[in-house]
Amino acid sequence: MRLLFGTLFGLALAAVVGLGLTYYALTRGAAFGGLSIESWTAWPKSGTTDADPYARASIARSGRLPTAMGDGVSFTLTSDDDGKSLDGRCEVVVSGVTPAARFWTVTLYNRDGGLVANSTNRYGFTSQEVVRHADGSFEIVVAPRANPGNWLPTGGVERYELILRLYDTAVGVSTKAGREVPMPDVTTRSCP
Amino acid sequence: MILRWALLIFGGLLLGGIVHLAAIIILPRTATQDAFARLTPIAPVNTIVALPAPTPEKAVMPFMDPAFASAVCRYDLSQGPLKLTVPVSPAYTSVSFYTRNDIAYYAINDRAAGRRVIELDLMTTAQHDQVPEDEEVTAADRLIVESPTPTGIIAIRAMAPEPGLMRAAQAAVAASRCATQQPEPPARPTERTRPLEPTRPRR
Repeated sequence: MRLLFGTLFGLALAAVVGLGLTYYALTRGAAFGGLSIESWTAWPKSGTTDADPYARASIARSGRLPTAMGDGVSFTLTSDDDGKSLDGRCEVVVSGVTPAARFWTVTLYNRDGGLVANSTNRYGFTSQEVVRHADGSFEIVVAPRANPGNWLPTGGVERYELILRLYDTAVGVSTKAGREVPMPDVTTRSCP
Repeated sequence: MILRWALLIFGGLLLGGIVHLAAIIILPRTATQDAFARLTPIAPVNTIVALPAPTPEKAVMPFMDPAFASAVCRYDLSQGPLKLTVPVSPAYTSVSFYTRNDIAYYAINDRAAGRRVIELDLMTTAQHDQVPEDEEVTAADRLIVESPTPTGIIAIRAMAPEPGLMRAAQAAVAASRCATQQPEPPARPTERTRPLEPTRPRR
C-alpha cells in the first residue's frame, strides 16, 4: 500500500514538474543563445537550422514563421529598462538609435502575436516613416492616448510587446552586446 | 522514512525532467496549429499565394510584420525541382525558405541577389545530385537551393517603407512565380546553343 502510494506520488510529481516546466519554457519563450542588448532580446539562431529544441517547440506552438538569418533579426521587448512589464495604459517612450540595418520596423503586438486595434490603424513604424531629431535619433511614444510626434497607440491593452526587426543587417549569431549595437532606451514616463 | 520521501521526490523530479525534455522534442511533430498547418488550407501546393495583410481581427500567422506585403509558396518537391522567380520591389525584398517544421534554412534578399529578379532553383539533395555537372557549369549564375525536407514553405516578403508603397510591394510579390520544372531528359549531349543572356543591370 505504501509502495503504491509512493509510486503514485512520484509519478504525479513527475507529470506536474515535466509539463509545468514545458509550459513555462514555451510561454516565456525560453531558448538558448539569446542575444540580450539592454532590454531587448533576440534569438538569431532560431532563424537558422541550428535552432535548439526549445526554439523549435516554441515556433511550432506559436504558429509563426521565424525571421530567417539572411533576412534579418527580431528583437523582442516585454519590459522597460527598469524591468517593469510594458503596460498599454501607461506612456512608454522608446528613444535612441538602432544598430545599422538597411531598414527596420518596430511593431506592437499583444501577447498572442496579434496586432492591437486602434482608431488610427497604426501598428508600428518603419525606419522611413519615423520622424527623427537632427542627430538622427528618434523618439516613439507608446501610449493609449494621442501624442504629438511618433505616436504608437496601445489601444489600452494591459500587456503588449514590441518587436524591433532589423532587415539586411550585420547583427546576428556572432554579435555581442556593445557599442556597435546601440538599442533604443525604453522608459515608462507616466502611468495613470 | 525521510530517506524514502527524499528518494521519491528525487525520482519524481528526475522523471519530470525526462517528461519535460520528451514533451519539448515531440511538440513540433504534433503541433496542429503551426505555420505549415495554418497555410495548408489557403495555399495550394507549388503556387504563389498572396497573404492578406494582418489586421487586429484576422491574421494568417501571429507576429506578421504589417509593413510587408507577403506571399507564400507551399512546396512539394516530389514531382521534381521547383523554379522560383521573384521580381524585387523598390524597397526591400526577401525570400525565406522554411522546412516542413517551420525552421528557416535559407534566406536571400534583393541586395544579396544583386539583380532585379531573384531567380533560383529549389531541389532536394537527391535531385541536386542528379543535375549533370556540365549543366551546373553552364548555368553558373543560376542559384540552387537544397531543401532538407521534401515539403516546406517559401515566404516572399516585400517591404512598404511607407503606406503609399504597399501597392507596389503587393504587386511585386504577386508577380512571383513558383512552378515545378519538368525533369529534363538525362544524358543528352548539350549541343544546342543557348541564347546569349542580356546583361542584367546590377544594383
